[in-house]
Amino acid sequence: MNEMTGDSYVTEDGRTIGGVVMEMKNITLRFGGVVAIKDISFDIRQGEIRAIIGPNGAGKSSMLNVISGFYKPQEGEVWYLGEKRPPMKPYQVARQGIARTFQNIALFEGMSVLDNVMTGRIRHMEAGLLAQAAWKGKAEAEEVANREAVEKIIDFLEIQHIRKTPVGRLPYGLKKRVELARALAAEPSILLLDEPMAGMNVEEKEDMSRFVLDVNDEFGTTIALIEHDMGVVMDLSDRVVVMDYGKKIGDGTPDEVRTNQDVIDAYLGVAHD
Amino acid sequence: MPEQFIWGIEVFLNGLMTGVLYSLVALGFVLIFKASGIFNFAQGVMALFAALTLVGIMEGQVPFSHLINATFGTEIHHFGWHVPAWLAIILTMGVMVLLAWLVNKLIFQHLVNQPPIILFMAAIGLAYFLEGLGDMMWGADIKELDVGLPQGINTTIDEVTYNLFGYGFFIDNLDLWATGIAAVLVAALVIFAQYSKHGRAMRAVADDHQAALSVGISLKFIWIMVWSLAGFVALVAGIMWGTKSGVQFSLSLIALKALPVLMLGGFTSIPGAIVGGLIIGVGEKLFEFIVGPLVGGATENWFAYVLALIFLVFRPQGLFGEKIIERV
Repeated sequence: MNEMTGDSYVTEDGRTIGGVVMEMKNITLRFGGVVAIKDISFDIRQGEIRAIIGPNGAGKSSMLNVISGFYKPQEGEVWYLGEKRPPMKPYQVARQGIARTFQNIALFEGMSVLDNVMTGRIRHMEAGLLAQAAWKGKAEAEEVANREAVEKIIDFLEIQHIRKTPVGRLPYGLKKRVELARALAAEPSILLLDEPMAGMNVEEKEDMSRFVLDVNDEFGTTIALIEHDMGVVMDLSDRVVVMDYGKKIGDGTPDEVRTNQDVIDAYLGVAHD
Repeated sequence: MPEQFIWGIEVFLNGLMTGVLYSLVALGFVLIFKASGIFNFAQGVMALFAALTLVGIMEGQVPFSHLINATFGTEIHHFGWHVPAWLAIILTMGVMVLLAWLVNKLIFQHLVNQPPIILFMAAIGLAYFLEGLGDMMWGADIKELDVGLPQGINTTIDEVTYNLFGYGFFIDNLDLWATGIAAVLVAALVIFAQYSKHGRAMRAVADDHQAALSVGISLKFIWIMVWSLAGFVALVAGIMWGTKSGVQFSLSLIALKALPVLMLGGFTSIPGAIVGGLIIGVGEKLFEFIVGPLVGGATENWFAYVLALIFLVFRPQGLFGEKIIERV
């Protein structure tokens, strides 16, 4: 258990990247006759920011959904912390420590920001139903401890001023940040971000980029993110997987990827035969 | 003080207590509707089924005895023991949890993401099935239910009001108890929903299934929990109604009274279910008292529905419901 393979190394800016946390082996995902992902393999290392990029319809979101258990691939294996992962429901994957955000934001609109972020703590709560109902001993202590952890994250992401506000009333940019807070509250071993900058203006994008970097730096959180905007990705990530039409066409550091001819073709739109 | 006014107060109090029972049934509806979008038409029948099972267990009745006797030519009806009320209530609760599990396993788990009308039809089917099952298990005769709740006129209130107004109020002890128990139950449910992990998870599932999954909430667990809670509320309602007027199949008709309550209170609001129930309870009693004599009485049968209709015209989301704003 908890074994990671591969050597660790130190990045140019002085962060230590550890061994492999998650490895996707020959993943193929089909919807009926449509092949969304075709035989893709890559790994995610401890403490890195790993990006998956590609044009529209490349299969990026599908890949994220495979990692988080929302989609079940027809072929291939998912290895997590040195063990092959059996078929799992999305909530089981979440409890294992893989937290995620959604492209279209999936928050609990009727609940306050604080309550939303508290739901992220569910995997750290063990008190049973009867203890909860009686509100005694363990349940109470747990609630207090979790509340502290949540307040820390709320401070970190600078959303103290809206703690009690129902999420439905918040503007788009703040909702994205609340969703990040909820995922972060799980203290995940991998944080999956599905287009965290989508639909944001330049200022919001800069804020979000800063938070992603800060989270990685401060908590050492491993982050895998999908992004459309190539510029943002190149600045943020340590390593990049490039997908096009369900296939992997590049994998490496931003510099390696940028000079890869297949990647350039995919983004500039060379005719496919 | 004019006599009419003093009588009015008595009618008001009695209405309040009838309203509490409406609220209880409506509460069961709201719990399930919030968490799964299922309009549980079977809530009233669940109250009946719970009451039937409770009586059956207390009296030591053999379940399916008619069926068994008809098939094997035997003559068994009773085990010959009596179970104390508290134990029977716990056992009945166990049956309601089992029912919650079965309902999810056999019906609603297969209907995830189906349109509301399909879920509604399934709930109607469940209601009829459950009514038939109750009949087959425990028989169709009217049964007396006595779990030890005090009944009859409350003499203290009678005396106090007599000294105050020169007219003693008739308030049933059972109604007082029902009100007290319902108030505690509602307070407990609200606190559970607002401040506990499972309550928060329940609200989360009600809000967004996908998001709930992504933070590690098992939908199946929450659904069974919610149906069990609704089963518990049904049991309490069944005990109150059953003690008051005997356990009989017309009990399932109170589910229909819960509909106008929900129109008033809003389908997704726990406080709404309570206030809606009280308004309907008080409203129909006062209306009968004031307007009843002018139109020949029997207004209690339709008052609630007309009130609901008026609400539908002017405030379709109910008193506490969330206003739906379509963005274009």
